[in-house]
Amino acid sequence: MKISVNGRTAEIAEGTTVEGLLKTLGIPLQGIAVELNGEIVPSGEHPRAALKEADSIEIVRMVGGG
Amino acid sequence: MDFTEEQIERYSRHIILPEVGGKGQAKLLRSSVFVLGAGGLGSPALLYLASAGVGTIGVADGDLVDLSNLQRQIIHNSTRVGTPKSLSAKKTIEDLNPDVKVVAYNERLDAANIRGVLRDYDIVLDGSDNFPTRFLMNDAAFFEKKTLVSGSMFRFEGQVAVFKPRDGYPCYRCLYPEPPPKGLVPSCQEAGVLGALAGVIGVLQAVEAIKEILGIGETLAGYLMLFDSLRMSFRKVRVRKDPQCALCGENSSIKELVTYEEACELRAAK
Repeated sequence: MKISVNGRTAEIAEGTTVEGLLKTLGIPLQGIAVELNGEIVPSGEHPRAALKEADSIEIVRMVGGG
Repeated sequence: MDFTEEQIERYSRHIILPEVGGKGQAKLLRSSVFVLGAGGLGSPALLYLASAGVGTIGVADGDLVDLSNLQRQIIHNSTRVGTPKSLSAKKTIEDLNPDVKVVAYNERLDAANIRGVLRDYDIVLDGSDNFPTRFLMNDAAFFEKKTLVSGSMFRFEGQVAVFKPRDGYPCYRCLYPEPPPKGLVPSCQEAGVLGALAGVIGVLQAVEAIKEILGIGETLAGYLMLFDSLRMSFRKVRVRKDPQCALCGENSSIKELVTYEEACELRAAK
């Protein structure tokens, strides 16, 4: 199925979870937040949150400067 | 509260706003805001809080003004290089608005003293430049039941949020549970930042603090504002309270302040 990751289309397997997607993309699980359709998915839900067709994912990186 | 003639003139553009009025302006004058860091974000935030007539402003910073700060830290100036930032900020604020009482903390706050400092203020702003301090500030604000207006930036991007976990909104840890591992995410100014970006983010923090004091409009509680200066795009993302949050969740495991190690090699090397 097709989803959008940071504005680009990606093809992923049915049932892929947020955590599965991050692993596939090689994105470290720490230091980021994951936005799914305009809403942050709490990190504790990443292993369970299953993606569906046409979902839009944005990887939000922590920034610490001030 | 009775205004002096000078105050009526100074705050006239606030007082004529129906949402603020004399009542709101009096509220601002009675309010107290603490700002952690008189740096890139703290500078513009402090200037606008002071000009708005926030009656008591606390500012903590243990660093000295460096010439390389002046590209963005607009509360300081060339004559202040080498002097403590907290005192430089205090001087600028006092020149700007004599109504404001400034409490300068010329030190780096830590687990031993931060709660006692926050306790004295209504609202707290985070303009710190590293992750350990951001987590310390979030946890201390949670334990002291203070609304936290958080701002951060890196290169051309910034983030702003309002954390009010006691009112059912998320805290910083609901969004980011832990600091990133060493070396994964650069956290400090020395990595480069567009100077004017600090103005955008710091001023948004001041706007949110003032709205929280006045109780007007909708603040960023429950949201994260993402700003990309290169694309000139603002995006507001919903953040819900995480029931599993280690700090503000139902079965919280964090019962006292945690001290994390400084993760920024660039800062450590300076």
